[in-house]
Amino acid sequence: MKANVAAKRDPHEEAGAYPAPAAHAELKGVSRIYGVPGHGGVHALGPVDLTLRQGEFFSVVGPSGCGKSTLLDVLSGLSVPTEGAVTFEGKPVAGKVPDGVGVVFQEDATFPWLTVWDNIAFGLRRAGVDPAEIERRVNYAVGFVGLKDFAKAYPVQLSGGMRQRVCIARTLVMRPRLILLDEPFGALDAQTRLIMGDELLKLWRETGATVMLITHALDEAAMLSDRIGVMSSRPGRIIEEIETGWPRERDSRIASEDGFGQITARLWRLLREESLKAAGLAGGGS
Amino acid sequence: MSWAGWLRLIVVTGAVLLLEVLCRAGVIAKTVLPAPSVMAGDLYRLLASGAASADIGETLGNVAMAVIASILLGFVAGVAIHAMPRVRRALDPFLATYYAVPFFVFYPVLIVIFGLGAAPIVVIGTLFGVVAMLINTLNGLDRIPRVLLKTARVHGMDPVRTALMVKLPSAAPYLFTGAKLAIAYCFIGVIAAEFIMSSSGIGYSIAYAFNNFDNARMYALMLFIIVLVTVLNAVLFTWERRIMQRRRR
Ligand SMILES: Nc1ncnc2c1ncn2[C@@H]1O[C@H](COP(=O)(O)OP(=O)(O)OP(=O)(O)O)[C@@H](O)[C@H]1O
Ligand SMILES: [Mg+2]
Repeated sequence: MKANVAAKRDPHEEAGAYPAPAAHAELKGVSRIYGVPGHGGVHALGPVDLTLRQGEFFSVVGPSGCGKSTLLDVLSGLSVPTEGAVTFEGKPVAGKVPDGVGVVFQEDATFPWLTVWDNIAFGLRRAGVDPAEIERRVNYAVGFVGLKDFAKAYPVQLSGGMRQRVCIARTLVMRPRLILLDEPFGALDAQTRLIMGDELLKLWRETGATVMLITHALDEAAMLSDRIGVMSSRPGRIIEEIETGWPRERDSRIASEDGFGQITARLWRLLREESLKAAGLAGGGS
Repeated sequence: MSWAGWLRLIVVTGAVLLLEVLCRAGVIAKTVLPAPSVMAGDLYRLLASGAASADIGETLGNVAMAVIASILLGFVAGVAIHAMPRVRRALDPFLATYYAVPFFVFYPVLIVIFGLGAAPIVVIGTLFGVVAMLINTLNGLDRIPRVLLKTARVHGMDPVRTALMVKLPSAAPYLFTGAKLAIAYCFIGVIAAEFIMSSSGIGYSIAYAFNNFDNARMYALMLFIIVLVTVLNAVLFTWERRIMQRRRR
């Protein structure tokens, strides 16, 4: 199992190039304004300064509509920041998604005309990977996300949560060095959420990839992350970065640790006021 | 077969039987409408004799040309207009009211331009079909989920690949609907045009039989057209539904 996933592709790893946590991706003074600034434009994000360290598990929490998905778009190169600069592995990201970046979107992004298996193989085929290798990786990924019995099904036959798992698998088979996930477990029930979270942790450990997970579940952020970025209401800025201090070997059972409650409590304290603002109830109560 | 399917079959069979009884009983005069069984017999003899083969062939050929022209032109124009939002906004009212224009008023103009052959017929058929394809092409392109285009970009696909491997399959059900409507409209346009501006084809044959009190031939040809178009549409409809079912979420 380990051999299947373990990506021996990281150039830094081969060169032994990174000592302590190095910057894997960086945002410097990044803002994003939709439309024409000043003329009814929506200031969705920023300014944000953020460094994702090589190999860390970073989560982003923030009130709804605060610019989390916008942050992901800008970081992945899908959208050009109105101001500021984004770098990935030391190179500027400019209007193009760099190789080695994988994205799982908030919306259902399965291709309805392809089976589950073909959906997952889509990126590998585009990249011209050897068919035998595609076969191997996709079969593994289909099992990994628990869709073995649905490999030949079409997305329309799946539930929302299952479709999201297809998208996760489609991203993972590409073995990205930076994985960006936008509320990937949003459509899952609480138990499946925990299981998928654990699987994600395992995968993260095995591949050594850097992960940025956007979530609205504070306990999920507290459970999975090395660090958590808390965003303000729109325009989203990072108002605090919290180190969880969890060991690399961990899973959902960490929720019973003493520190866990403190982290979620702290997240909620930070977010409460911002969430009230986002909901148009600013300053409500004490 | 489903409950609705049986009901449909019963309604159609019942109507035909009722007509048969009314005709046989003399309630409907033979000179007005022959009994359905007589019509079918006439059609069989007409087809077997080969007397209508040239006209049928000509009409189907005209329809085929009009369908191909409609689908190609409608698709290309749809893609082009979709890429130019300003042009589209300017054209929108025309597209919305397009089918309110009675194209047959252009018939003298078309004859002046194209002469009396098949060309003006095919042009009228195309005028009927092309905009159905165009509108559905626009519709399909509008409905491509943005997240699928983002996915294409994450996979580093260039515009051509994105068009072929994401946009086209995503819009396919709508393109199919456009093609289905274009076929139906082309039949209407071609046969109607043959009625008034041709000296051959099924439409012309029906008009000719009508003018010469040849009821047997007239009703046989009408039956032929109705059966042909119904079967064709039923096939396309079933196919379309199968495609759409795969998409419904
Ligand atoms: N393409 C766009 N054009 C204009 N405004 C946009 C666009 N995309 C997002 N916005 C606006 O930017 C703000 C941030 O949107 P974004 O989707 O990044 O928030 P989010 O934090 O991901 O929200 P959610 O928690 O609901 O997923 C919102 O006010 C939204 O209306
Ligand atoms: Mg979002």
